[in-house]
Amino acid sequence: MGTILEVKNLKKYFPTPRGMLHAVDDVSFSLEEGKTLGVVGESGCGKSTLGRVILHLLERTEGTILYNGADISSPSKQELKQLRRQMQIIFQDPYSSINPRMRVADIIGEPMKIYKTCSSREEYDRRVAELMDTVGLAQRVADVYPHELDGGRRQRIGIARALSLDPRFIVCDEPVSALDVSIQAQILNLMQDLQEERGLTYIFITHNLSVVRHISDDICVMYLGKLVEKCSAKELFQSNLHPYTKALLSAIPRPKIGGTPDRIILKGELTSPINPKPGCRFAPRCLYAKPECFQREPELAEVRPEHFVACHRVKEVNGL
Amino acid sequence: MNEMNDILLEVKDLAIEYRTRKSLVQAVNGISFQVPRGSTLGLVGETGAGKTTTALGIMGLIPVPPGKVAGGEILFQGEDLLQKSPAEMRAIRGKRISMIFQDPMTALNPILTVGDQICEVIRLHEKLSKHEAVAKAKEMLELVGIPGERYGEFPHQFSGGMKQRVVIAIALACSPMLLIADEPTTALDVTIQAQVLLLMNNLKKELGTSMILITHDLGVVAETCENVAIMYAGEIVEMGTLEDIYEHARHPYTRGLFDSIPDLDVEQDRLKPIAGLMPDPSALPVGCSFAPRCPYRTAACEAAPVGSTQLSPTHCVRCVRAGELAGGKEGGQA
Repeated sequence: MGTILEVKNLKKYFPTPRGMLHAVDDVSFSLEEGKTLGVVGESGCGKSTLGRVILHLLERTEGTILYNGADISSPSKQELKQLRRQMQIIFQDPYSSINPRMRVADIIGEPMKIYKTCSSREEYDRRVAELMDTVGLAQRVADVYPHELDGGRRQRIGIARALSLDPRFIVCDEPVSALDVSIQAQILNLMQDLQEERGLTYIFITHNLSVVRHISDDICVMYLGKLVEKCSAKELFQSNLHPYTKALLSAIPRPKIGGTPDRIILKGELTSPINPKPGCRFAPRCLYAKPECFQREPELAEVRPEHFVACHRVKEVNGL
Repeated sequence: MNEMNDILLEVKDLAIEYRTRKSLVQAVNGISFQVPRGSTLGLVGETGAGKTTTALGIMGLIPVPPGKVAGGEILFQGEDLLQKSPAEMRAIRGKRISMIFQDPMTALNPILTVGDQICEVIRLHEKLSKHEAVAKAKEMLELVGIPGERYGEFPHQFSGGMKQRVVIAIALACSPMLLIADEPTTALDVTIQAQVLLLMNNLKKELGTSMILITHDLGVVAETCENVAIMYAGEIVEMGTLEDIYEHARHPYTRGLFDSIPDLDVEQDRLKPIAGLMPDPSALPVGCSFAPRCPYRTAACEAAPVGSTQLSPTHCVRCVRAGELAGGKEGGQA
């Protein structure tokens, strides 16, 4: 299958009273149709902003976004409306992303009303019922309000709404982070089934590394607006190369006795993304930083086939 | 002097309910557990399992009404906390038992400096002059890895991880014997969580504090706790040492929890979620509350409440079929 989405040198800066906040800084990647790209990173790394800029929920500062080969970097209002049919988003918080004053069936059906995709009331009702079936919502909840439902069911509403226009591409922004583990597993399985049945392409944004490994084909690791490592999910967990990825993976507590490998404890915290200093953004916390890391910014380079890393010292650190 | 293996806290048949106009919610349903001196008990469960209510019950912080402790005993150093007057409880809270809340963003007072907030608890419980209290507060900040000069700063000037350190400093300021930590790292990023867990583990060792760690994260439990209690719908369904739970789990819910977590080190095609949802706490089933979701349920499970079975001196489980299921897959295995 072909490339559905390509992002080149994408930047999103926010002006703040203290200077330019570099939320997404020079990010490039491409995504094959029917695959899942995981985007991981900690709070403030720009992963949600990236998803929103791709969907034009935020306007990019610079860079190119290609969808099916066509440049959609600055679409007209008409073009954007058509694009939205194909590109959808599922939000993190099922409590605040749906209108509490609408009934479940109306929330799910609203996009179809806006786009007038149904020719009759019967077709509309049938489509809503189908969507509810697809995501595993019982028909009896069609007329209830969201506050009567738990988080897992609300997230199913969000998924049904995103699917209502038959999109090809969905940005999933932390879709399971607000859910309990047993419910989280139900939703992840549902999303995988939907992908197989409909050939959907996902960008899956999360801070949860075990979830991202499970669902993704490829993974991008972000740190302060920058892509620091990108490779297949398998490779990332077996032979990651960037010092930040190593620290991030070692920081996750494993649910096994003695299951956690030797932990790399990072010193300090995220530095400010406002007017970042030259050099590698991770250098102030990096165990391997050398003077050159503070002077020159590392480029994302293909260190192994299909494995990209932005680190000056990647060879020494990994003994390559 | 008490020996190290003494029981610091013993909870017996604790029941806590909330009465609303329409219904009676049994949030905690006759739970019993012990916390030996110097050890950490992990209280694990999903949203609504009654973990936080249990903690608030021990602290004497259940809002009455609508809440009510409906029965049981909470023996702390042999004294029943439920028999204490509000004034006596105020003297215990913050001094002998303290609590760390989940969200460091809301646990701190935004218009007081962090130093004054640490001072407040010290001055309340210890007879120190203002000057001595300030010195002690600075010492506490240093202990949790914050430079003492930041005493005069306000919470908004700190990041999430730093705020949680301040909360820990407040909780430990009067060297409590028991620390109740309610999801202390849930709001933090993993690399910051790693720092805070390391800090808590070191302080626990240094100060000999006993701890109840409330969490839904089985990974965090594996790193910090000696004993684990799994809660479901207001009951402890399984309890034992870390090894009992992680390597010899018997209860279908415990196993389901482990199966629900995507494994970081092994590739899986599909996850094995627990079917269904947590029961409505105002209309709990007559029998085992997990029965409606349980793949192993029998008529006996739904007929009558299930008692606790002692499998070994440390390991107990609340399941009719615990004996039969022993040969099955072990929950904690990779």
